[in-house]
Amino acid sequence: MPVAHPRSIGELTELLDEESHTVLLAGGTDFMVGLNHGSTRLAPDDLIVDLRLVAELSTVEVDYQQQVLRLGAGVRWDDLLTAPIAEIAPCLSQAARTVGSHQIRTAGTIGGNLATASPAGDGVCALVALDATLVLTSSRGQRTVAVSEFAIAPKKNVLERDEFIERVDIPITEGWQGYSKIGTRNAMVISVAGVAVVLSSESNTCRIALGSVGPTVILSTEASQFAGTTINWEIASITSADLETVVEMTRASATPIDDHRSTAAYRKHAVGVLTKRLIEQGLTTLRKSL
Amino acid sequence: MSDLDIRESVINGGLGQSPVRPDGVAKAEGSYEFSSDLSADNMLIGKTLRSPHQHARIIRIDTSDASAMTGVHRIITAEDVPGKATYGLIASDQPVFASDVVRYIGEPVAAVVADDEEICSRALEAIVVEYEPLTPLIDARLALDTDTPPIHPDGNVIREQNVICGDTTVIGDIVVEDHYTIGMQDQAFLGLESALAIPDADGAGVECHVATQWLHEDLGQVAACLDLPESSVRLVLGGVGGAFGGREDISLQVHVCLLALATGRPVKMHYSRSESFLGHVHRHPAQIWMRHHATKEGKLVKVEAEFVFDGGAYASTSSAVLVNAVTHAQGPYRCENAEVRGVAVRTNNLPCGAMRGFGVVQACFAHERQMDLLAHACGLDPIEIRRRNAMSTGDKLITGQVVESVAPVLQIIEGLERMPFPDDGNDVETHPYHRPGGAGNTTRASDVRRGVGYGVAIKNLMYSEAFDDYSTARCTLRDGVVTLKFATAEVGQGFITIAPQIARTTLGLEDVALESIDTGVGSAGSTSASRQTWMSGGAVEAACLKVRQLIFEHVASSTGSDPFALVIEGDSIVNTATGERQLMSEVVKGLEFDEEVEFRHRPTVPLDENGQGACHTAFAFVGHRAIVDVDVELGLVRVVEVSTVQDVGRALNPLSVTGQIEGGIAQGLGLALMEEIVQQDGRIMNPSFTDYLIPTIADMPPVVAELIEIPDPQAPMGAKGVGEPPTISSTPAIIAAIQDAVNQFGAGRSHLTRVPIRPSDITEALNSTRRD
Repeated sequence: MPVAHPRSIGELTELLDEESHTVLLAGGTDFMVGLNHGSTRLAPDDLIVDLRLVAELSTVEVDYQQQVLRLGAGVRWDDLLTAPIAEIAPCLSQAARTVGSHQIRTAGTIGGNLATASPAGDGVCALVALDATLVLTSSRGQRTVAVSEFAIAPKKNVLERDEFIERVDIPITEGWQGYSKIGTRNAMVISVAGVAVVLSSESNTCRIALGSVGPTVILSTEASQFAGTTINWEIASITSADLETVVEMTRASATPIDDHRSTAAYRKHAVGVLTKRLIEQGLTTLRKSL
Repeated sequence: MSDLDIRESVINGGLGQSPVRPDGVAKAEGSYEFSSDLSADNMLIGKTLRSPHQHARIIRIDTSDASAMTGVHRIITAEDVPGKATYGLIASDQPVFASDVVRYIGEPVAAVVADDEEICSRALEAIVVEYEPLTPLIDARLALDTDTPPIHPDGNVIREQNVICGDTTVIGDIVVEDHYTIGMQDQAFLGLESALAIPDADGAGVECHVATQWLHEDLGQVAACLDLPESSVRLVLGGVGGAFGGREDISLQVHVCLLALATGRPVKMHYSRSESFLGHVHRHPAQIWMRHHATKEGKLVKVEAEFVFDGGAYASTSSAVLVNAVTHAQGPYRCENAEVRGVAVRTNNLPCGAMRGFGVVQACFAHERQMDLLAHACGLDPIEIRRRNAMSTGDKLITGQVVESVAPVLQIIEGLERMPFPDDGNDVETHPYHRPGGAGNTTRASDVRRGVGYGVAIKNLMYSEAFDDYSTARCTLRDGVVTLKFATAEVGQGFITIAPQIARTTLGLEDVALESIDTGVGSAGSTSASRQTWMSGGAVEAACLKVRQLIFEHVASSTGSDPFALVIEGDSIVNTATGERQLMSEVVKGLEFDEEVEFRHRPTVPLDENGQGACHTAFAFVGHRAIVDVDVELGLVRVVEVSTVQDVGRALNPLSVTGQIEGGIAQGLGLALMEEIVQQDGRIMNPSFTDYLIPTIADMPPVVAELIEIPDPQAPMGAKGVGEPPTISSTPAIIAAIQDAVNQFGAGRSHLTRVPIRPSDITEALNSTRRD
């Protein structure tokens, strides 16, 4: 089967058109497993487009003017573990730390994680809580889509045939953020339930995203809003009754299933516990810096 | 003060030392040739077509389209098996290819041989098999129902075996009971099934290089299916990447030989991980009920138990696994009365058979959970209840067999009690990575409860029930070099390290070479049942002793000395009458000897209908203490430390013993916390290492091991088998430790009765109280 190795975004854009049967290859940590496993089958005329030589896709740009962190889609998990990303978006960094093994984190990319559109995508959960936006590029131009709107079902996203993810834009905010993930092993495990919480002390808002408890990563809108309004941001505190309401709202927003990894009941229980712990931990940290 | 003027004679790489494994560096570097790395000129690739149905009648198989594809050389089905249509370790009940009925998802129906793997895959898709689905038998308990139609001509009950002893009407002052569930564990060896078959030039025979546990058992079964005399089939051990029981049964051996003979070309077959889950037997899932009776002081009075083992579609070693379970129901504890009932049944689930611990794992999980219940009911701590009941040498088991092996159970229990606790002070500042949930960053220090739990086990060694168990070894001395020949499968356990150590110490010669491991010598028996150091080690020692005797006789006759006065000390031969000593390497110059020995252990007897009889050869004992941190609210666990005291007889290679202990505990931890093949309607829901989880370095704690070295008088060189015991009681120790953490939230929390334990089992135990 043919493989193309574009070296720039220009070359890449030219390769993709609405008629072509192209398969985009980034880190290959999902794609190659599917191929070897037989769950991904290619037709003989499918063109594999290798993204790894497109240097522009691996850029990291911190723009304090616009208050935005721009990550190329080809940025790898291991790159997320270090400064500046680990300092600006620590919950993304924590999510990266939970992905696979060192070998997987050296190969896998944030763009691949998004495009795979798994509800268990660790990076996706963090990016939804961070209110990140994707820049999708094609020969027709560029458009932006919120990460929370990008995946529409398991393994389905809104990318058109000729489009690719160029980068992800993450707002830089003051405050606290964290990501927690449950698996039945202490490392190298697919998420049974994951929660990302971002507390923005500038805008006095809270965003709670849930992984592995629905067909896509879920933004718990109601719980996020309730938390944002009931947290006393002056003293970084929330009453235990209000926090309990946040937890119940979080659980209510989850629509998990029973599968071989866990039960729906446990997943609902778990996202509540993780949300509570993350908010408590976040407010405790914020109080210390008051 | 000076020592006596005796030169210390030592032999490098002798017994009691830990020489580097001959394959160690290559394995560490990645240059070791596993059987899946084998290749030959002009080689073709074979692949298996498997049943997508749990239970179905085959109406029609049409291979014409697939056969016509370019690059496809041959497709074979049941019709192409020239010899015996079935194989099996104990009962020959499993078809080489299903012909009329398929009985599990994954059962082989046809095999294709083609130029490459991709063509094989396409050809398999082009084979048309028409099935008429039949009602599958899924529930092992239903298999016992006489109204359930048999799914196999041999019936649905593979074996029933009871053990009835003493006065079964006795009732204890204190009675505790519960039901226990053990999930289906996989051996998860890293080196997948693979073989290379090379046909003889005249097409009248075949040589098969295969990763297996028992070359001669394979030889017999393969030759019968091929309809060839055993002399026309040669099996050579391919590099084996782990076994743990999963390579005792035939997988691709017959298929690959058939394809090689059919094409006249070398053929290689190798399974993927997901095919491997279908291609070998697993640990039996078990349902166990136990009721223990004790005096108020906690002395066991009677054990009652019922075992139901799901053997899956074919018998494999189910009958022997069941015998191990029912005969080990009492654990390492004295008990005079017992009523134990057991049955292994056939279902349309995956076939089950041998896995490290072989039936005792399941029994031990239940009896150790029971001992903790009993301790609680008697108001004793878990150490004390075990101490009061510990068996010792000379005690009679519930089978009536007297334990003649060294049985240091009390020493094991007291050794565990003395073990210091790790001094990490339950540090609140520990990094979240070192808490339950690990890399997932789920758990704060304040969410953690620390628990401690214990498990103690008895395990039979070698084969049982009158099996003619033997091993063969040849020792050749030529040009000062000792060469050993045996068919002992090296599956990672380290026999290729131990065997030269035995020869060096026995003969006082350092230079030992190993011949190829193949069927060019008599059987070594299986690398299983913790038996190879005892059996093949015994055979190597015996062969070396024969050669040594010939050397002594030669020396005696040439020097006029008494051969009975001669001994080996290190690298020297010493005349104890004269004190004269000489280097062995000098003495053997020009000598040539060649001796072959068959070594047998003492005979055993079959069990009678009440499970009475000295059916086992010998026993080893072990105990574990687990310390765990549990995030009870989320049901997450991190094992902090496992300490163990193990009865090893004598550590012939201390590093290898440590390796077996640490690896076995990792496998026991895996069963306790995560390892389970999840089936839904006979289909594996987690057929890869993405979801069949085995412990990582983040899950496996440090192990503190203390060896009890009391040489066993029956064992060659005093050494007991050490491979299985570490896996057995580590599992219940970990569950007991989790229970201890859960119980800190208040007494009366429900009893943990299932492995692997799931996070939801722990959170549910927290929220419920014990039902009785």
